[in-house]
Amino acid sequence: MSEGKKPDPLMVAPWKDPAATPYIRIQNVTKKFGDFVAVNNVSLNIYKQELFCLLGGSGCGKSTLLRMLAGFEEPDGGQIFLDGQDMAGIAPYKRPVNMMFQSYALFPHMNVEDNVAFGLKQDHTPKKELWDRVKGMLEMVKLSGFASRKPHQLSGGQRQRVALARALVKQPKLLLLDEPLGALDRKLRESTQFELMNIQEKLGVTFVVVTHDQEEAMTLASRIGVMNLGQIVQVGTPTEIYEFPTSRFVADFVGSVNMFDGRITDEDNDYVRISSEDAGCTIFINHGVAAPPSAALAVAIRPEKIAISRSPPANTQENCTQGIVEDIAYMGDMSVFNVRLKSGKLAKVTQPNLVRHTDDAIHWDDHVFMSWHAASGVVLTV
Amino acid sequence: MSRAGYLALGDQLATSAEPLIRNLVRLAPIRILLNLFGRLGLRGRGLVIFLPYAWLALFFLIPFVIVLKISFADQLIARPPYSALWELSEKGYLTIKLNLNNYRFLIDDALYWKAYLNSVKIAFVSALICLIVGYPMAYGMARADKAWRNILLMLVILPFWTSFLLRVYAWIGLLNNNGIINNALLGLGLIDQPIVMMKTDFAVYVGIVYSYLPFMILPLFTALEKMDVTLLEAAADLGCKPLKAFFTITIPLSMPGIIAGFSLVFIPALGEFVIPDLLGGTDTLMIGHVLWNEFFSNRAWPVASAVAIAMLLLVLVILYLQSRFQRAAEAP
Repeated sequence: MSEGKKPDPLMVAPWKDPAATPYIRIQNVTKKFGDFVAVNNVSLNIYKQELFCLLGGSGCGKSTLLRMLAGFEEPDGGQIFLDGQDMAGIAPYKRPVNMMFQSYALFPHMNVEDNVAFGLKQDHTPKKELWDRVKGMLEMVKLSGFASRKPHQLSGGQRQRVALARALVKQPKLLLLDEPLGALDRKLRESTQFELMNIQEKLGVTFVVVTHDQEEAMTLASRIGVMNLGQIVQVGTPTEIYEFPTSRFVADFVGSVNMFDGRITDEDNDYVRISSEDAGCTIFINHGVAAPPSAALAVAIRPEKIAISRSPPANTQENCTQGIVEDIAYMGDMSVFNVRLKSGKLAKVTQPNLVRHTDDAIHWDDHVFMSWHAASGVVLTV
Repeated sequence: MSRAGYLALGDQLATSAEPLIRNLVRLAPIRILLNLFGRLGLRGRGLVIFLPYAWLALFFLIPFVIVLKISFADQLIARPPYSALWELSEKGYLTIKLNLNNYRFLIDDALYWKAYLNSVKIAFVSALICLIVGYPMAYGMARADKAWRNILLMLVILPFWTSFLLRVYAWIGLLNNNGIINNALLGLGLIDQPIVMMKTDFAVYVGIVYSYLPFMILPLFTALEKMDVTLLEAAADLGCKPLKAFFTITIPLSMPGIIAGFSLVFIPALGEFVIPDLLGGTDTLMIGHVLWNEFFSNRAWPVASAVAIAMLLLVLVILYLQSRFQRAAEAP
């Protein structure tokens, strides 16, 4: 790309601009159900035209947070601002927010076109404009030929698109999507993911997506907020979340990871050495870390960042450990090796299957060397 | 209980009944009977379907044909009090006498069509009141906690454990001039004359609504319980106020329950005899009552039969309309 065409980085990543005003401000929001704290003191800024993903396991509070944005639940504490307006006490039917439900919640007694028109009818939109907009929306989601079908006559993917059209036709300031692709099969999901991103880019609506599927979050999101036990544990771009997790929880939840416990033995501004019995070697990391010396910490290394071989690599002193292959899972595009280390820990290594067949492929019970780059380890203190 | 609950119960019953059935079919009389049915080509599924049909033919179709036959007879002072439909004379002539006067009588005499009309009116109004009273109750039950739901359902069914007749009699004690309600109002000084409630149409409505309310609530409850509550959230999300959402989403989706409940109240109320007889006045004209009078007081069996047949036709028309509405409402 030439210099002149390079987009302004602050336009692409408004969260990096200190002067940008967030579109949605969630401030110290708490929600309790009886004794159960579903959302615990969450603060979060979401910017205009973002596609923000709330990622977390079931019961982490992500859906409750979404429902508070929609107005179906009132926070017990804290405030939510949408475009500068305090949302407290505003009924769901008065909010400039639309939601796509996990079950789609299409009205079963109305056909596709009436489902999509429902929201506009509530606003008493003039007839001609109403049907023009409904038609346009159905064209966009490629359902023009299905206008008079009832929801039960549609496939899962078509229903999903009706739900999307119904939520978008009112041109909301904010679109909330609860597990938007959850009910679709794998192939359809992949294509729908990209369709969703295209629509979001085209309309410039701010999306907040709730999902438990990290793959979905990674492909869709401009930023991801990882939630656990009612709290946001990390907010960042998909790359940040995956490559620079700040906690064991995030490292473990997003993707798979090898976690080795250890202690710092040698440290300077630009490197750190960690002795890990878990890994059975010294781990060298080529940047400094902000951790107190001799503090218990963990080094997270992603399985794809580890090289596996039967012959020893050049440097066996650091960032290299040995073990016995216990299991091999052939996934087609890659293979997953489970290697039992001396410490008894099972390490996971993935390797792309670059060649179709080799005679010296690694087998069960082979003794192997595993090595990784000095930049691959992520030091985690919490 | 939910539909899944019923299915599970059915499975359970089937498994626990299996050894019993296996032993039963070994018994000699049952074996002979099954053998006999088998020779007639009735085995397995065919046999199972045949039995209820045989029951209905024996105890419903044949009596109906007898009533139909009597409706074409002449009234006689004899035993039985009607003429035979056909006679075989000594010379071998078969004479069939079809008397259509009974039906003409129904049209000519204003009493009958007035009674029909009044019955339709009372049944319709009662069903409407049942709907208005029962809908909030069914709605509350369907939206109540799971634990509460069964208790509330129990409470709706509970009155069936007392005899119907007894419960209608109890209303006399409540509505009488010196009944509980009047005594209470007099005692509180709210009125100084007892309100006449007994022997009025009002008492009939009270009796019918009270007796048939469960038949309205149960189908409504089933329809409302099936409804996905997120649909109301979706409506609210799209800018629809709760009251409007009730009329545009909840009511249309519970339409099958409304139609079922309405006909379950309307049809039996149409021919109701006990309630107008016990609670209604002499001017409460209902077809069930007219029929009873013709049959027992006047011993006019043929006219009474004609009244019954005409009413059956009326109910058939209503059932036909109901099934059409039902199909339209259930088409999702």
